[in-house]
Amino acid sequence: MDILPQLLVSGFVAGGVYGLIALGFVIIYKATSVINFAAGQFMAAGAFVCWTILSFSSAPIYLALLASIGFAVLLGVLVERIILRPMIGEPIISVIMVTIGLASILIGLTHLIWGMEYRTYPRPIFPPQPLDIGFAVIPSGLLWGFIFAMGGMGIFMIFFKYFRTGVAMRATASDQQVAMSMGISVKRIFALTWSLAAVASVVGGVVISNISGISIYLGDIGLKVLAVIILGGLDSIGGAILGGFIIGILENLIGVYLDPLVGGGTKDVAPYFVLVVILMIRPYGLFGKKIIERV
Amino acid sequence: MRCGDFKDNYIADEAIFPSIFVKFWLILFFVFLLILPFIGGSYILYVANLIGVAVIGAVGLNLLTGFTGQISLGHAAFMGVGGYTLAILITRAGFSFWLALPCAGLMSAFIGLFIGITSLRVKGLYLSIATLAAQFIFGFLFIRWESLTRGIRGINIPPPRIGSFLFDTEQKFYFLTLIVTFLAVAYGRNLVRAPTGRAFVAIRDRDIAAEIMGINLFKYKLIAFAISSFYAGIAGAMFVSFMKLITPPHFPFSLSIQYLAMIITGGLGSILGSIFGAVFMTLVPEILNLTTSYLNQIVTGFETVFNPLKETVFGVLIVFFLVFEPRGLVAVWYRIKRFFLLWPFSY
Repeated sequence: MDILPQLLVSGFVAGGVYGLIALGFVIIYKATSVINFAAGQFMAAGAFVCWTILSFSSAPIYLALLASIGFAVLLGVLVERIILRPMIGEPIISVIMVTIGLASILIGLTHLIWGMEYRTYPRPIFPPQPLDIGFAVIPSGLLWGFIFAMGGMGIFMIFFKYFRTGVAMRATASDQQVAMSMGISVKRIFALTWSLAAVASVVGGVVISNISGISIYLGDIGLKVLAVIILGGLDSIGGAILGGFIIGILENLIGVYLDPLVGGGTKDVAPYFVLVVILMIRPYGLFGKKIIERV
Repeated sequence: MRCGDFKDNYIADEAIFPSIFVKFWLILFFVFLLILPFIGGSYILYVANLIGVAVIGAVGLNLLTGFTGQISLGHAAFMGVGGYTLAILITRAGFSFWLALPCAGLMSAFIGLFIGITSLRVKGLYLSIATLAAQFIFGFLFIRWESLTRGIRGINIPPPRIGSFLFDTEQKFYFLTLIVTFLAVAYGRNLVRAPTGRAFVAIRDRDIAAEIMGINLFKYKLIAFAISSFYAGIAGAMFVSFMKLITPPHFPFSLSIQYLAMIITGGLGSILGSIFGAVFMTLVPEILNLTTSYLNQIVTGFETVFNPLKETVFGVLIVFFLVFEPRGLVAVWYRIKRFFLLWPFSY
């Protein structure tokens, strides 16, 4: 049983990273009521771009990270302009399908450009010493991922609460027409939303690929994070963070205790089981707002 | 030239085939389908069989997503359930194909009912995520439940037989596919004209209003899930029977996306659209395959490009159709028809 604290701690830390990626989903949902199924692919694309920069130049780490963030902003703006702008006002199934189509395009493109092999970063992004907190050891990849995730989430929360643009984004999420009448440029807010979400996804992608390598399967983690956001509530940032922790811990526990029974692979499918259970019991998640429909 | 649309009794108005012209061309089309095995090569018949399977699956998915508005990202999982049920019943329980096929459909329908229960509490976005979860959970079960499915080794399936006549070539299997597809499409077409079909559409458009008018939402949603899964199960069973083999990689998430692409490009909420979409989306990978093999002779290494190119092309097609022609190929078809119908007054 002495493996339990280690499991809890690494689950908690991994959960922090999931929370960051979940943030990418929630930001978009809050502003535009769209679930971005392509977020996982944003992660993968960002990780690959960062790898390319690191492999083919001797740029320092922070420059490569900044360049990846720049790529994310560009990607977000492009996606919003070309794909989402024409879909304003279309029924929700069309918008969901468009993001799925986008995911397909991104999977294909990353596969085409970078191929199927599994890669690792040529230079370690973060200092490699693990952290020993007495009853558990946190490997460096997870540790720094957690720090970045917490930092990122903190920045986002401050942004949404105290900065004018952040408040404008919340206003647009709440009621587009009123926001427009207040002088907020909704089109610009949408572009900004997608850019920010792409940045969150890309940073999350770089962090996760630092732990488990870069391959096209990075995108599947994005789908796993769906469980996180459903648990937390689709439009709640705090819920995304909390959901991330819970799923991270649960995943580790289920993986270790159930794998021997079934022969492996439970860690990947565990979030989906949790997802189904949550949808049965509390569909709007821990903190989500119940959608009230009027005829 | 027939101009406008004049019906003078309700029976004529409700008819599936509104005029002599339509019936004539349809009969001609059926004759062509029947002659095809004797004039086409085995590759053409292989593609024709694939199209048949795709049509069945697409009609099922369209019934659920296009007509009832319940988004399902897990269609491939239900096909897998049907396929595995058929395989297990034939190889382990000694069922004949003719008995195992409807059982496969029924098993899928049963599982579909079960997943449909989640639709009681959630809708739209949440439902799509629930079906996505179902897709991955079933994928996991297909690989890991080795005692039932033999995991990644898969199950070999003997071809269907009547007495001593085996349906083991593309040509012979084609007739089977033709009959099953015809039945599936005919049933679907009639279902959507019937009160059940109208209930589906009411649920899609304004479900709260539908409930007020007395349509039991839960019952009809469950029926939609069950029927759609039944179709998926039949499609999956036909597919694995044709391939004579079933393995877990036959039913990945990308297959669900492919079926969704079929009904989106074909036209949501239209049986004819499902057929168009199925044909289109089955031909696209085949054409892509031919193109990449051809280009491979000029520039080597092109073959490895096929898979990611396929994904990219699918994605581009989905996005393109959604942005420029959200009502699908069937809308294009009707536009062309109306143009000729109303000519020279087609403005």
